[in-house]
Amino acid sequence: MPIITCDVAVVGAGPGGTAAAVTATRGGAGVVLVDGEARPGGQYWRHGSADVAETGVVAEHRAQWRAVSRRLDQALASGRLTYLARTRVWRLDPPGESAPADLHAVRSGRDGDIPVRIRAAAVVLATGAHDRVLPFPGWDLPGVLTAGAAQALLKEHGVVAGSRVVVGGTGPFLLPVAAALADAGAHVLEVAEAGTGRGWARGWRAAAGAPGKIADGVRYAALLARHRVPVHCRHAVVAASGDGRLDAVTVARVDGDWRAMPGTERRVECDAVAVSWGFAARLELALQAGCDTGPGPDGAPAVRVDAVGRTSAPSVLAAGEIAGVGGADLAVLEGAVAGTAAAAVAAGREPVAPHPGIQARRERLAGFAAAMHAAHPIRPGWTGWLTPDTVVCRCEEVSVAAVREAVEQLGADDPRTVKLLTRAGMGWCQGRMCGEAVAGLVADATGTDVDPFGGALAAASRPVAAPVPLGAVAAEEPDMPIDRQSDPRSGGPS
Amino acid sequence: MSSFDFDGAPIDYSDGQSVGAALWAHGIRSWRTTRVRGRPRGLYCGIGVCFDCLIVIDGRPDERACIVPARPGLDVRTQRGAGRADHHL
Repeated sequence: MPIITCDVAVVGAGPGGTAAAVTATRGGAGVVLVDGEARPGGQYWRHGSADVAETGVVAEHRAQWRAVSRRLDQALASGRLTYLARTRVWRLDPPGESAPADLHAVRSGRDGDIPVRIRAAAVVLATGAHDRVLPFPGWDLPGVLTAGAAQALLKEHGVVAGSRVVVGGTGPFLLPVAAALADAGAHVLEVAEAGTGRGWARGWRAAAGAPGKIADGVRYAALLARHRVPVHCRHAVVAASGDGRLDAVTVARVDGDWRAMPGTERRVECDAVAVSWGFAARLELALQAGCDTGPGPDGAPAVRVDAVGRTSAPSVLAAGEIAGVGGADLAVLEGAVAGTAAAAVAAGREPVAPHPGIQARRERLAGFAAAMHAAHPIRPGWTGWLTPDTVVCRCEEVSVAAVREAVEQLGADDPRTVKLLTRAGMGWCQGRMCGEAVAGLVADATGTDVDPFGGALAAASRPVAAPVPLGAVAAEEPDMPIDRQSDPRSGGPS
Repeated sequence: MSSFDFDGAPIDYSDGQSVGAALWAHGIRSWRTTRVRGRPRGLYCGIGVCFDCLIVIDGRPDERACIVPARPGLDVRTQRGAGRADHHL
């Protein structure tokens, strides 16, 4: 098994991680950048296929990525940066008094998965986020996608999700997704934003010093207007239908608590629907390392970091969405600061505080993000869209009726007990797709409030951060008892 | 343009595309049936998190179509249930 030793390990090659890897390398450190995808860039700078038409939103992101890519190439050319693609870290043992951090990973290749170990004096976690999802009747039909999936298909693969597309959910991300789809030639029938739509106005007030973000909003709105895409606030995609694949969604007007208003349902024929409800940070490795968390701008847990990105765990730093979901610009800033600091930490030096101008810009961007989150909360009325046979856990095919039965008939009063009774959350995705939904249904059935902080913290606290083949784990430790027993040379039972 | 096989039929793709994106571009929306209800599934999260797009590639089940890069001559097949003849619920 390959064991790689370095000064700084950076986990995640998105906006935060690439910035951290570049500045840590410039700071003189030997750096290993690890990422689960085939190409660097993360979700925001997805790229790949030469087929991607570079227009509008996609062209902007491509131009940004090319600039980042040049800096990454320079760092690689220095010989001090190693980049490991398609490598997912499933376990992080934090550095001890004299021991380096130990990262357990699995690298995918043509011949399957092989274990990789990385030992580092300091670690920068930039593991990012994925779309937050909620169930609705028919959401498991092929053709129903997350907004992130529609964006990835387009930005990385040059594939337009559908010819007639509805975009729905809540949050500022819906606008660039709809604009990019329209730019690429899809007929975007509407954007159904469950919130009030006053987010950009609030952001304006909160972040007068971050004019770029407001300009984004104005530009997306103009693009949607040019493509004649209506944006309906206080509307939601409440159901999808079709025989084996999507052929229509139901859009309804919702009240302030997201209850569908009777009589407002409309059937909209479409071949794709892209739905997202904000982002969920990927906290697993940070929690394994013992990093303290606090409520982030959306109420969900965020890793607490100081001005240079240090967490409460010695020699473990964090940047980007796991330190509070705030978008790519903020992630780049945090990553650059954390990378510089990590190189110092690895060399046993005290990190230098960033320039006050950087700190001020960071606060403006964080203020904008906080205002956006405040304007796009998840409201509890979505549970009313569900039918008893709506699938909640896609992996284990657990229905709404089964979850409600666990609460009402079997006495479960928390998501963990529901999981044990129904298997909801026990599948491949490890509850990332159904965790919010189960928590919401339990709160609904028990008459309590959802705890976005405690719930997400419990869901992300797991000894294995990513699904990995057992064989790859077993192959990692030549002295594991199971290996000795199966090895006839050891003289044990065979 | 290169191609791989999906259930015996050739699927063209452009360099840089994943297996799942190439199938989607050909209008194919599902390539797995679920273990319990036999329901069709394809892409959902599109970024390797949800594991809904599982598919059999060169005899290996449970590969994520959304992140496995397309390569010439891959033998890609629909995954039925657990995707292994010896696995039953």
